[in-house]
Amino acid sequence: MARSDTASLDWEPLDGGGVRLTLKGTLNADSVEGLWPQVMRNLAERKPSVIEIDAKGVESLDAAGMALLFELRAAQEDGKGGFRIRGLRDDLGEMMKLFDPGRPSAPARGPGLLIRSVNGLGQAAHEFVMGFHSQVGFLGEIFVRLLGVLIRPSRLRWADTFLIAEKAGANAVGIVALMGFLIGLILAFQSAIAMRKFGAEIYVADLVAISLFRELGPLITAFILASRSGSAFAAELGTMKVNEEVDALVTMGVDPVRFLALPRMVAAVGVMPLLTLFNMLFGLIGCGLVMRSFGYPVTTYVEEIQQAASLGDLFGGLVKTVVFGALIAGIGCLRGLQTGNSPSAVGDSATRAVVSGIVAIVLADGVFAVVYYYLGI
Amino acid sequence: MTASNAPIIQVRDLTVGYDHHVILQNVAFEVRAGEVFCILGGSGCGKSTLLKHMIGLHQPMTGSILVDGTDIVTATGEERRALLGRIGVAYQNGALFGSMTLIENICLVLEEFTSLPRGAMETIARMKMKVVGLQEAGHRMPSELSGGMRKRAAIARAMALDPKIVFLDEPSAGLDPITAAQLDDLIVELSRTLKITFVIVTHELPSIFTVADRVIMLDKERKTIIAAGRPQDLRDRSDDPWVRQFFNRQSSGEAV
Repeated sequence: MARSDTASLDWEPLDGGGVRLTLKGTLNADSVEGLWPQVMRNLAERKPSVIEIDAKGVESLDAAGMALLFELRAAQEDGKGGFRIRGLRDDLGEMMKLFDPGRPSAPARGPGLLIRSVNGLGQAAHEFVMGFHSQVGFLGEIFVRLLGVLIRPSRLRWADTFLIAEKAGANAVGIVALMGFLIGLILAFQSAIAMRKFGAEIYVADLVAISLFRELGPLITAFILASRSGSAFAAELGTMKVNEEVDALVTMGVDPVRFLALPRMVAAVGVMPLLTLFNMLFGLIGCGLVMRSFGYPVTTYVEEIQQAASLGDLFGGLVKTVVFGALIAGIGCLRGLQTGNSPSAVGDSATRAVVSGIVAIVLADGVFAVVYYYLGI
Repeated sequence: MTASNAPIIQVRDLTVGYDHHVILQNVAFEVRAGEVFCILGGSGCGKSTLLKHMIGLHQPMTGSILVDGTDIVTATGEERRALLGRIGVAYQNGALFGSMTLIENICLVLEEFTSLPRGAMETIARMKMKVVGLQEAGHRMPSELSGGMRKRAAIARAMALDPKIVFLDEPSAGLDPITAAQLDDLIVELSRTLKITFVIVTHELPSIFTVADRVIMLDKERKTIIAAGRPQDLRDRSDDPWVRQFFNRQSSGEAV
């Protein structure tokens, strides 16, 4: 857009409530910036029956200049007023014809707030139910394929599975261990404040060990896996969906669930208990550090843990991790395969994978709590 | 398709490549104001790379690229920004921002380069949409458009600032023949009425003969321009067997 020169305008009343607007100079983005509010304000005040543009003095016109004239015409048409342009150079007139946008087509008016709210609520409920339905369906589908693999193990892509296990498992050991260490340390410090009042600091070891084995270890590890690998699964499969690689698999007769989802599921289920063990171990180390600072010898601390926590606590926690791993991988893969075609679709899928994964983990943990209560674990 | 003789783009002794790997060397040519200029060549010969250097996305190894009086290779930040206000680029897949309507896509450029009121920007956006024949699609999202409509919308956005030069990367690639022909007609119409200079990267033969005033042809093996001139002349009178093969759409160079 040309960014130089100036333009001027004069308002002159005409008989019968009209006005003549004499434009001179260069109507470009620079000059129109100043003219636009002035013209629109004048127009609103005067409400002329007719606007006659005298454009004999217009030397050049760019898109901004044309936009001003088109806007004046539209305003007059809205107010049932007249509009005409006189004296515009032929070449500029030709250009205006080419760019004439006509009447602005307003976006279709939507329903009112109440209807929209009810509609939105209904849609959200429908999406929740359908989402739950598809998650359960998809997990069932994967388990059927898993049974097929148990019968014929060669059908699983083992090389891919180990590679995914390395990315989701081995590469996550550092963060899982760090989180475990910090949680153990913080939990021990926080509970020691209360325990000290009763001279019962030694029971901090019981509290931390049981919490880590039964709840915190599996949950924290599952949250890390969901945010680290669940999102990655959704993004990988989503990108493949956008690039039509999933369609290519289908047309080649390769089952995308077996080819893409199963290795991720096996890898996630395989690494989850191991990662959780790391998390628990470093949590206990963190707690041990606090206990040592209270003056308890390491042997006393270890003996206290052995008395407080049973193998049932440990294995009860590890059984959960298998289910959590399956949920994370299943939901991540499902969200990836549900990816749409818009540019933000892959990001949306990754977000939904993490959110759905975390919700599913917490729900499953609640179910485990009830089941373990009745089983006396 | 008329063109004045004044060059608006001058490329001199240009060598481009990545990581010491030379793709094109000693490339020199001029684009005249108002003409439709096509850059041709087989796949992988460096057409799009050359275009990306001409719009300043990449720095060449050596040489200079003068675009409307500014050397884009050595330009300062301010000079480069001023130049960006005088050129428009439409990418192969449109590169429209998926989270915005078409009007918002165009207004984004206007917001960056002008201080016009919002109403003025929207009117300008609608004007540009009308020119490319999408006046009813202004409030639609890019994902709701067909491939041809997306390319038209990309051209509308490229023209947001009334540019002197518009660069198009493979405008007709992947379009059906009718849509491709309509797009070619649009380019010719815009060149004729608005005197915009078009630099187009393409290898679509029907488009080349419809829109191009002049072309240059690049070659992957020789890494430079192997032919330049009017497309009809190159097709009918070139001595280079590869050029004849390209224009006559032959799979081998032996047949004439």
